[in-house]
Amino acid sequence: MKNLFNEFLKGIIKENPTFVLLLGLCPTLAVSVSMINGLSMGLAATFVILGSNLIISSIKRSIPDKIRIPCFIVVIATFVTIIELVMKAYSPALNRALGIYVPLIVVNCIVLGRAEAFASKQRVFNSLLDGLGMGIGFTLALVLISGIRESLGSGRLLGITIFKGFEPVLIFSMPSGALLIIGLLLGFFSLIKGKRS
Amino acid sequence: MNIAQFLTIFISSVFIYNVILSRFLGLCPFLAISKESKPALAMSLAVTFVIVMSSMITWVIYRFLLVPFNITYLRTIFFILVIATFVQLVEMVIRKISPAMYRFFGIYLALITTNCAVLGVAVMNIDMFFVKNKAVAGSFYFSLFQGFSVGVGFTLAMLLMSGIRERLEFCDVPESLRNFPIAFIIASIMSLAFMGFNGFRF
Repeated sequence: MKNLFNEFLKGIIKENPTFVLLLGLCPTLAVSVSMINGLSMGLAATFVILGSNLIISSIKRSIPDKIRIPCFIVVIATFVTIIELVMKAYSPALNRALGIYVPLIVVNCIVLGRAEAFASKQRVFNSLLDGLGMGIGFTLALVLISGIRESLGSGRLLGITIFKGFEPVLIFSMPSGALLIIGLLLGFFSLIKGKRS
Repeated sequence: MNIAQFLTIFISSVFIYNVILSRFLGLCPFLAISKESKPALAMSLAVTFVIVMSSMITWVIYRFLLVPFNITYLRTIFFILVIATFVQLVEMVIRKISPAMYRFFGIYLALITTNCAVLGVAVMNIDMFFVKNKAVAGSFYFSLFQGFSVGVGFTLAMLLMSGIRERLEFCDVPESLRNFPIAFIIASIMSLAFMGFNGFRF
């Protein structure tokens, strides 16, 4: 039982895909202008990881070893297409805001990485837990970055004004601010790690 | 179709919406292979070649396969498979023809499949140069040229970054900022500089 819990928990802090493994940075930086975009992207990616982990770990015995990567990609692309169509149907505004980064979940290294490193070797239930943990870790990282960027860049959080009379630091809404924030956050985390050990 | 349109595509892909510094596509090779100039150049050339070729192939597939059969919603699956197959093919051909070139490019080619810039440009071409699933005039040439321009933008950013990081080796960077954090901060400053092109008007 403890083992299963660990599979779930490792994606959130110890092997956080964004801050520790440095995977899937492209969407992280591009959509984190506002918290709602970041949260939606995180949830969409979580759905894709869960789906692909479920399917891949259930059919792992019938996938020939030599063409496993193309097989994984087809499974992942199917789930990405599902989420893209759902988003287009129910929330066109969100789809426009996320733009090309929705189809680009296909090449998000986290998804393929989990398929290759975990789901293709483990049991179905473990893979689901692993996918859920990684997805939540990715979502939390996105929420953190987009929260900082939105509150500093526009003085709002989830569209609600939090700082009154605050002159927004526009640079944090720009691409340059995204790179700066993630650089400083990575530095901060490695500082904490250095202090602890 | 005239020169001005091509010029606009070039300036906006290379400078204004630089693929790495403003669109954040292809960040993984940008961070991983930018420690020295020579591999950075090899990677950039390989990426440019693959982007141009895959813009061509995906355009043809979209126009003559997906649109006539009305299955445009399958584009993500089609594109990623075609790109992956194409990259594999190029890798096999290069290994057969020139082992020296394979040593120079080979390892980077395998990484390109999961480079989001390649798929990103393919999707962007379709979004920009097809209106209601109909190709606009000259759309094929625009797609090709946009692929090439994005490749140039990628090369420019890679070369600038690797040049800076080579010199950074001799600098005294605070311990917790070493390696990736400082690379991000440098990229941020570069992106700030590229923002200056934003006011460009024709």
